Amino acid sequence: MSDTDTRVPLLEFRNINTHYGAVHILKDVNLAIYPGEMVSLLGGNASGKSTTLKTLLGMVTPTSGEVVLDGEVVNDKPTSYRVERGVTMVPENRRLFKRLSVKENLELGAYLRNDKDGIAEDLERIYTMFPRVKERLNQKSGTLSGGEQQMVAMGRALMSSPRVLLMDEPSMGLAPALVQTNFELIQQIHEEGIAIFMVEQNANMALSLADRGWVLQTGRVVLDDTAENLLANPELQKSYLGGA
Amino acid sequence: MFPLTSAVQVKGSRRTTVDWFLVLIRVVLISLIVVGILAFIAQQIDPENAFAKWRNPGANRLTAAQFKGLVVTGLSQGAMYGLIALGYSMVYGVLGFINFAHGEVFMLGAFTGFVTSNKLAEAGLWEGAAFLPSVIMTAILAALIATGAAVLMERVAYRPLRGSPRLIPLITSIGVSFFIQNAVILLFGPGAKSYPSNPEWLQQKRSILTFEVEGTKILVLIVAAISMAGLWFFVERTKTGKAMRAVAEDKEIASLMGINVDRTIVTTFAVGGAMAGIAGILWGLLFRSVIATTGFLPGIKAFTAAVVGGVGNLGGAMAGGVSLGTAEATAPLVLLEPLGVDGVSQLRDAVAFTLLILVLLIKPTGLFGERLSSEDRA
Repeated sequence: MSDTDTRVPLLEFRNINTHYGAVHILKDVNLAIYPGEMVSLLGGNASGKSTTLKTLLGMVTPTSGEVVLDGEVVNDKPTSYRVERGVTMVPENRRLFKRLSVKENLELGAYLRNDKDGIAEDLERIYTMFPRVKERLNQKSGTLSGGEQQMVAMGRALMSSPRVLLMDEPSMGLAPALVQTNFELIQQIHEEGIAIFMVEQNANMALSLADRGWVLQTGRVVLDDTAENLLANPELQKSYLGGA
Repeated sequence: MFPLTSAVQVKGSRRTTVDWFLVLIRVVLISLIVVGILAFIAQQIDPENAFAKWRNPGANRLTAAQFKGLVVTGLSQGAMYGLIALGYSMVYGVLGFINFAHGEVFMLGAFTGFVTSNKLAEAGLWEGAAFLPSVIMTAILAALIATGAAVLMERVAYRPLRGSPRLIPLITSIGVSFFIQNAVILLFGPGAKSYPSNPEWLQQKRSILTFEVEGTKILVLIVAAISMAGLWFFVERTKTGKAMRAVAEDKEIASLMGINVDRTIVTTFAVGGAMAGIAGILWGLLFRSVIATTGFLPGIKAFTAAVVGGVGNLGGAMAGGVSLGTAEATAPLVLLEPLGVDGVSQLRDAVAFTLLILVLLIKPTGLFGERLSSEDRA
């Protein structure tokens, strides 16, 4: 990807090492997410995918290496600093505030913003994108179906007006019929110019959308290539894609 | 979660001796309540009724005025319990532990009121037309001091323990409670302190909807209602309130929204403290006496009210407070006297804690409680 290499990455890992106590989770991980692209991180259980996301967001502090946002080292900056600058996440299993109404969930997404007009505009945009959500604004979000909750979770993330959306296992816990719809939504968000960093078990689906991908194995990046090459990689086919 | 809210029986498991014992307690308590109420009804219809005479040979009809008096007393005390209970409930909602030093925050409010009201009385401002502004000023001051105490408590005693097992801050809170009590004894001495007497016009009875109510109690009810409404508005309608509810439900995701979790926790303590401080002033107006241990019993009762209403639920805390106050004011004469119990007026506390046991036995999540377990978040 020589054409993207000349640009400044939006979000970057430089030789990141992360420990939980004595356990070494991420080992010398290098990643770069460029504005507007869609990339995917693949890996099995306990490979360090969730830790990668938490480290990107500042919920976990790396023991060495640099987390870089727009060229600035943000290792010691809190999550709110990064959210304000356009990094946000749709967490695994959606994690809505179930006792709060749908509207309140969306408003909390814009917690750090002060531009009233912009917030109102983004709310309208989300209502057009998810008409179902608009019908249920005053309902407690815990009473929604899984598919609807996924829409609210995405809407909530979009309310922070992100430049890069981190998605933690977006198809986890969704009915098979919804998985396809869900990926279409992600595609739609991506087309609005928002970079997507997707952590996914469903490697085939993820790579068919992504530009590039990484494969993480016990905390180390073992493959870093374009999505096409990864899809064609026989080793990956065997271990993740279930092909022969 | 906290054992109080997770007393759930596993379906299909064998009943043990303990289960049968608990069933027995339920049956006995409920039968006593039913028999007591029936005997009360019998006595109201005709005091010479054999059923009314059965346990209580000296049965006498309770007049409507007496009964209404009990209800009003119960409501005004219950409103105070409710105000204190809010603090227990909010802190539980956000941190998942019961802050047993919260009763002391209430006591500090009452002491602030004692100092301020006596100063104002010396200046001749605790009477006539100056009384209401003085009360408002005293209440604001008490709320401020109580808020400060609650915030300091969180910073010094509880924040360093964040992330430790729940039992540890709980025990710490008992220590904090002793510390504050003894600090107050050191400052003011161990004796009871009196508030100046309320002005004549406040002590007069007024009739509202056929109820003859003493002015002080009306004032207490009005102040409590305004405070509760203010708190409700704060929690349900403001951005900070929304953040508070978000933190109560899921701290990690709340911080992902950019909410400062630590600051929100401090706000929770502050708001709960303010409510307890106001309750302290109301206590002073109602009983006109305060002592270093004043916080203990109302504190425990407010905790009971929070559990009765469903801990973590604000509407429940208010409702729990009012029902507890009303129950302990009316039950001695409505329930216990017809059962032939001696010295019923001394049994208010027994009534309050029996209510706690009853709620824990029958609906452990409280009257308005939802399950607060982590499975909600799956």
